Amino acid sequence: MAVTDMNAAGLRRDERLERLRLFGLASPALLLVLVILVIPVGWLFYVSFIGADGSFSLENYERMIKRKSYARIFWTTFQVSLLTTGLCVLIGYPLAYFMSQLPRKLANLCMITVLLPFWTSLLVRTYAWLVLLQKNGLVNNWAISLGLWDEPLKLVHNLNGTLIGMVHIMLPFLILPTYGAMTAIDRDYLKAASNLGASPRRAFWTVFLPLSTPGLFAGALMVFILCLGFFVTPAVLGGGKVILVSMKIVSNIELFVNWGAASALGVVLMVLTVTVLWVASRFLNLDRMTGGGH
Amino acid sequence: MTKQIKTTLALGLMASTALTGAALAQDKSVTIASWGGSYQEAQSKALFEPAAENTGIEVKQETYGGMSDVRLQVSSGQVTLDIVASGSGSASRAAAEGLLEPLDYDVIDVSTFYPGLYSDYCIGGDVFSVVAAWNTDTYGDAGPQNWADFFDTEKFPGTRAYRGTVSGALEPALMADGVAPEDVYEVLSSEEGIERALDKIRELKPHIAVFWSSGAQHAQLMKDGEVDMTTGWNGRFDNAAKDGGKVSYTFNQALLDYDCFAIPKGAPNKDTAMEFLAEISKAEYQDDLPKYITYGPTNKAAYETGEISAEVAASLPSSPENAAKQLPISLEWYAEWEQVAAEMYQEMLTE
Repeated sequence: MAVTDMNAAGLRRDERLERLRLFGLASPALLLVLVILVIPVGWLFYVSFIGADGSFSLENYERMIKRKSYARIFWTTFQVSLLTTGLCVLIGYPLAYFMSQLPRKLANLCMITVLLPFWTSLLVRTYAWLVLLQKNGLVNNWAISLGLWDEPLKLVHNLNGTLIGMVHIMLPFLILPTYGAMTAIDRDYLKAASNLGASPRRAFWTVFLPLSTPGLFAGALMVFILCLGFFVTPAVLGGGKVILVSMKIVSNIELFVNWGAASALGVVLMVLTVTVLWVASRFLNLDRMTGGGH
Repeated sequence: MTKQIKTTLALGLMASTALTGAALAQDKSVTIASWGGSYQEAQSKALFEPAAENTGIEVKQETYGGMSDVRLQVSSGQVTLDIVASGSGSASRAAAEGLLEPLDYDVIDVSTFYPGLYSDYCIGGDVFSVVAAWNTDTYGDAGPQNWADFFDTEKFPGTRAYRGTVSGALEPALMADGVAPEDVYEVLSSEEGIERALDKIRELKPHIAVFWSSGAQHAQLMKDGEVDMTTGWNGRFDNAAKDGGKVSYTFNQALLDYDCFAIPKGAPNKDTAMEFLAEISKAEYQDDLPKYITYGPTNKAAYETGEISAEVAASLPSSPENAAKQLPISLEWYAEWEQVAAEMYQEMLTE
């Protein structure tokens, strides 16, 4: 009796010690998260309730309800982010699939071409698109001289240009995790599928696609969240007509030095994003798809 | 974020140099911050260097990021700048916030200045205009001669670019709607008046291909022939035309605006700064400015020293002949209405 009691007490002590050690190991990371995430976000939250006269006020939130433009800006932000993510999936998934089927050496070469733009400055790539897509730009001039279309198409200074630029910049974020998940798929599963009589198409849809979704969803999630805060590319290629939350935040700070109003926008964007992800996770079982549930 | 880090570093550096310099600072000196680039170079050659030589005041030049830097210095009590160059609008906002020293017009002589180009807290250093510019490939020399033309898409078919923020965007619309220039700010001093201007822009909106956000951008739009007409700052179009851009503009009904010098609250050499501002505001310095940049002097007397030829004067926003055609920006209106108008402008933009 006494011996088992002692053993149990010792085990409990060991367990506590172990937990403490683990906590000690994790503490630098926890501290970092506290310093660079929790405190600034908390501060943002606090500042958003400070009015222009420096006292507690809900004016920053009231304004967003009173003026219809704010709802439109948030709607545009989510619309652009969703469209960019969708286009990235449509273009990126087949490309990742193609690369995963290539011999290693060729695949690596392809990977370099995917990564190369990644190493070029975002500003340079954005302005390059402007040069390519504008009225007298390379694309329009070339297409007209070939007789593809007669009048210059409106490819930039609108939603078209914004999406083209953003998809180009976001593609690697989708391709990398998707390709990673695809190369990790054991080829024997596909062989087994065809052995059991599945056509190549059927094998792809029932075996390959489900196994690659964790990578695809991780990539899509990353693209979507990065898009929500994107500033430079939509500002340059949108021609001032595609107004996103990030631009409104910048003008609040640079023009009116209204940190409260800017913070309130940040808080609302964060809350909306978390809500959207929560709803999505209810329907899509995000945990399993991002590989987090195992 | 990086700007903040830079500012902090710069402040640190300044603080350390200030310590070592304190013992030597027997002679008069001022620290001036401006925007850098060809603009500050012009100021330096026309104003700062000659004035420093004539007065014996030692001038230290810095570049800075605008009134946000001044705010940081004033709120932390570590003011190192004696004079800052600023846009007139941001200077008046900074003054309203209590970031600037009032200027002493017993020391600075503004008797020959254009009225409205100096205020209690900032004194104009150069003048620029918000003009209507057009593509000479599309319209030849017969471009829009006033704002009514600019808004008339039947008489002048073609695409437009317009400012993406409210500053300098409502006045042209009202003039196009038939309001006399001298009545523009009176009409704009109510939400109905602002709405009237916005409705005029709504009419033009289907033809507005780009809402521009910077001077470099509207210059590029004209140079590339992306739009047929735009509003914008005259100096940028001069430079674009010099680079071979097919662009011309008119001063008729343009908005006359200015850049100015101000003294941050608690500037270490406030009195010397006042003295130095008095010196560089004299006609004998201001008449050299157009040699280096196509911005006009704020001191009318600068046109009478013989330094500025009739030909050059015709190209400057503040020459008596050009100034008479224009509407001076009302800083009082911006101080009172800009925030409200900006919200309403955004409604129009996002529709």
